[in-house]
Amino acid sequence: MAQAQEAQLSPETVLEEMKKNGVTHVVWLPDSETNWLYLLMQAEPSLHLIAVSREGMAFSTAAGLAVGGKTPIILIQNTGLMESGDSLRGWALGMNIPVVLMVGYRGWTRHGITQDTAATYTERFLNAFGINYYLVESNADASRISVAFAEAKKTTRPVAVLVGDEYHGFNR
Amino acid sequence: MFRTADMLEIFQQYRGDAIVIPGRGGRHWVHLSTCPQRDVPLGDPAMGGHASFALGLALAQPDKKVILFDSEGDLLMNLGALPTIAEQAPHNFYHFLLDNECYATTGGQPVPNAKSVAYDVMARGAGYPRAFAFENLEDFAGNLQAILDQPGPVLVAMKVTPEVENNPIGQRPRWQTRTREQVVRDLKTELGITV
Repeated sequence: MAQAQEAQLSPETVLEEMKKNGVTHVVWLPDSETNWLYLLMQAEPSLHLIAVSREGMAFSTAAGLAVGGKTPIILIQNTGLMESGDSLRGWALGMNIPVVLMVGYRGWTRHGITQDTAATYTERFLNAFGINYYLVESNADASRISVAFAEAKKTTRPVAVLVGDEYHGFNR
Repeated sequence: MFRTADMLEIFQQYRGDAIVIPGRGGRHWVHLSTCPQRDVPLGDPAMGGHASFALGLALAQPDKKVILFDSEGDLLMNLGALPTIAEQAPHNFYHFLLDNECYATTGGQPVPNAKSVAYDVMARGAGYPRAFAFENLEDFAGNLQAILDQPGPVLVAMKVTPEVENNPIGQRPRWQTRTREQVVRDLKTELGITV
């Protein structure tokens, strides 16, 4: 049990990474991997939350924010990422938008056999679009979020952070 | 129904210093605009995203009016944008909708339930505080100033004549005078955005 607790990615850590990298807007659709961030993000005055109802909208919204001089982050699940293919192509890659996608890696397991096809196709999907990605499973990996921000800015392309940690409870 | 080009000619007189995303009206707007550095003619990066893009831009630049000429085919692909826009309630966002009742760029096939969808009603139902619908140009012209004088978000649905294209995409004349990269660069320079 103690080991499991240590392996967690804490929402405070993720929020700190967002602040450190100057995030102004969070464009998001709730998922089971990032639900624990909601209350913290809501309470953070430097963040503006924009809730969308389909993940493709997140890419075009983020494009508008970035063109207008802001620093958005996209927070969605891998299932929605796959639904968003054309929007990702046209609005993020096609517009050279330097945006970090934090993607809940539903079905990810470091051990054993992957049972969930959402996980099976996630990295294949990102590879098909030529989008680089970093896996973040615990606080020890959190600095990779900053690496993703730096890479997005340098390359003016979207970069993904795959969140391989799930279900810590909405209200914690 | 009225012609998009005629509507834009009237709109140009009221544009002021607003940022204009001409959407599928771009082919006419590039010839009418007197302030191209504040225009964002993107063509069609990916169908269904114009409303959300305009929302993002309006939120990023709250001191500037952002005026979008969306189309009903685009909006139908992402109707969920309406409640998001209504919830965010950008006071500087003016959402005009070109409703030609068809997919003109693919040959003019009708959009679902083409003649019976009330987009102004949909917008109000999603939470837009104001929404209008116009079927003739005189009514549109007579109300435009008042619409733009009030805060957004507002949706203005307009029945426009289809301009159906049947040539293969590669054979159609390009109306864009700048690349997307140049459009974004010009806008950022105009607005003093350095990031």
